[in-house]
Amino acid sequence: MKKILAKAYLWLILLVLYLPIVFIAVFSFTEAKSLGNWTGFSLNLYKNLFTGSMQNSAGLISAVENTLLIALVASLIATLLGTVAAIGIFNLKGRKKQTMQFLNNIPMINPDIITGVSLFLLFVFLHVSQGYLTVILAHITFCTPYVVLNVLPKLSQMNPNIYEAALDLGATPFQALRKVLVPTLRPGMVSGFILSFTMSLDDFAVTFFTRGTIGLDTLSTFIYTDARKGGLTPELKPLMTIIFLVILAVLLFINVRSTKTKTN
Amino acid sequence: MDEKIIEIQHVSKSFGDKNVLRDINLYVKKGEFITLLGPSGCGKTTLLRMIAGFLQPDEGAILMDGKDITGIPPHLRQLNTVFQRYALFPHLDVYDNIAFGLKLKKTPEDEIDKKVRKVLKLVSMSDYEDRDVESLSGGQQQRIAIARAIVNQPQILLLDEPLAALDLKMRKDMQIELKEMHRKLGITFIYVTHDQEEALTLSDTIVVMNEGRIQQIGTPIDIYNEPVNCFVADFIGESNILKGRMLHDRRVAFIKHEFDCVDEGFGEDVPVDVVVRPEDIYFTTDPAKCQFRAKVNSCTFKGVHYEMWVDTDTGYELMIQDYDPYPVGTEVMLYIDPDDIQVMKKERVANVFEARVTGAGKVSFLDTEFACDTEGFAEGDTVQATVSFEKVDLLDHEETADLTGHVSVILYMGDHYHLTVKTETGENIWVDTNDIWDKGDFVGIKILPEDIRLSKPAAQHE
Repeated sequence: MKKILAKAYLWLILLVLYLPIVFIAVFSFTEAKSLGNWTGFSLNLYKNLFTGSMQNSAGLISAVENTLLIALVASLIATLLGTVAAIGIFNLKGRKKQTMQFLNNIPMINPDIITGVSLFLLFVFLHVSQGYLTVILAHITFCTPYVVLNVLPKLSQMNPNIYEAALDLGATPFQALRKVLVPTLRPGMVSGFILSFTMSLDDFAVTFFTRGTIGLDTLSTFIYTDARKGGLTPELKPLMTIIFLVILAVLLFINVRSTKTKTN
Repeated sequence: MDEKIIEIQHVSKSFGDKNVLRDINLYVKKGEFITLLGPSGCGKTTLLRMIAGFLQPDEGAILMDGKDITGIPPHLRQLNTVFQRYALFPHLDVYDNIAFGLKLKKTPEDEIDKKVRKVLKLVSMSDYEDRDVESLSGGQQQRIAIARAIVNQPQILLLDEPLAALDLKMRKDMQIELKEMHRKLGITFIYVTHDQEEALTLSDTIVVMNEGRIQQIGTPIDIYNEPVNCFVADFIGESNILKGRMLHDRRVAFIKHEFDCVDEGFGEDVPVDVVVRPEDIYFTTDPAKCQFRAKVNSCTFKGVHYEMWVDTDTGYELMIQDYDPYPVGTEVMLYIDPDDIQVMKKERVANVFEARVTGAGKVSFLDTEFACDTEGFAEGDTVQATVSFEKVDLLDHEETADLTGHVSVILYMGDHYHLTVKTETGENIWVDTNDIWDKGDFVGIKILPEDIRLSKPAAQHE
């Protein structure tokens, strides 16, 4: 009896977690304009999405492109900066190290809206014209701490002598970094990059405040504006379903691969 | 063979306000197996890391083949290191780990292949080239680490406690292999360890270090048979360390008996320290040979020999090792050969501190103010305060103590303990006591006013 209850509880939690997504996925296969109406199975929304025969389809495409481009650039730079910062923090001693780790944690706890508004004010104050540059800078800002957080444990697991061993065997400091340090830290850097990429993909608050007035839209701001204009464009339902499936596939792939390397 | 390959000249190093190395002078001969031996924190690893180039000395110079290499970064030095925890590259397999140095030097592929196979054979690890390094056992990883270093044909191999992480059996086997490798390769080995037995087994020369200073340099036999001070005697092997008095040349008194010895040149009636190894005290049944009598108070089987503690007729406790056991309670007759008595100059006969008179009846040293008789001195005078070892009281609390510290070294002197206590400010104070303390114990230190003797500083005296 106890077992059945425990299982039922687990399924209930899963249901609550996934119900909204299932809801959107199901209703992406019907044509009804208003949400919640089922007017029979249809693939028309998918067809419209891919043939571009929906209203403002150009806007949607550019929003998707912007989102991917910004996420890619921001998380690449954040990975680089975060890794270097982690190495620096790791080599600090005692109080200084603790302080730096603490300072690194604050931006992650800080609400997005505050990060967004304060960056907005900073850019205005510095007279930086807002657009791609500011959005990318902003995304780098909130992604970097996550990379630091992912790389630091790899550093402490690392044998402290391997960098010295490389120097000892004739590597210049740069060669030692490239041939020994980076490969050892790579798992941490990759997970930091993936985390940054997803954080950047779904960010709304910070992007909204730093994108300026040139009409730059990412997916999240595009959907927000679209929804405010008079109801969500129905074609966004299949889009969201697809995004969810892609992410699910990536996660499954990573999981399968990590269990494989563990058993090897 | 007599060519000096490494010379260390007046090297000092501190981390913060801690002096790790103080004025180290040392040379290493070409082809030698030299061991830096000492307890943890004695500076031996720091010295090795300086030779490797990972650390820079604050003062002094390091020469290799007569050329100053002090400022040269590690990757440009003609030597390789075997690290304590192997430090193999986890993302590379055995072959690529060993080939790492050769690849950086742009060695042709077929030559790399030949060399890697050759060293793998040397460390008895052929057929392991494709293995993942993390799948190897500790001993195997250590062999790969050695192979990775010697494949570059360095002039000097530095080894930082390479066997410390292995179990006893494996360590013994690897010791023999290392010695064999040293013989085959003919290159200089500089070896760091805290294990005195390992040092005695492996080395041509041992450098004993403590608290950032070299205590003694010599062959294993010299170091064992003729330690220069109590630290070396206590650190290397088992020993009976006793207070003694050199009566005149070749005659020394300790445990309230007089003995013939072979030491000369100490002067007459001079306090000294005496070391007698436990295997050098012999039992006899001949009253003519007997130098002193004792009663066995414990006897333990140790495998090859028995270890016995005896109480002498004059109230001292001595350790004796012998192949034959004597039951507890037996009255025995003992003698010591003159050759086996090692007489050492006393490093100090009392605590001497530089002090300052801070007022009438008040004096300050060890960062603490003490009451004492200051007659004959004025406020502000720099003086020398002398406190004998047995007049320092150790307390297990700090309420009534003048200052506090930690017990850092314990020497048993036959009838009392000679302790080194490190104060909170990092200074040493030496104490003779009958109480039993453990290393690391927190103690309160108390010195009574009448036990502090003031004198003019030695320099002004002359």
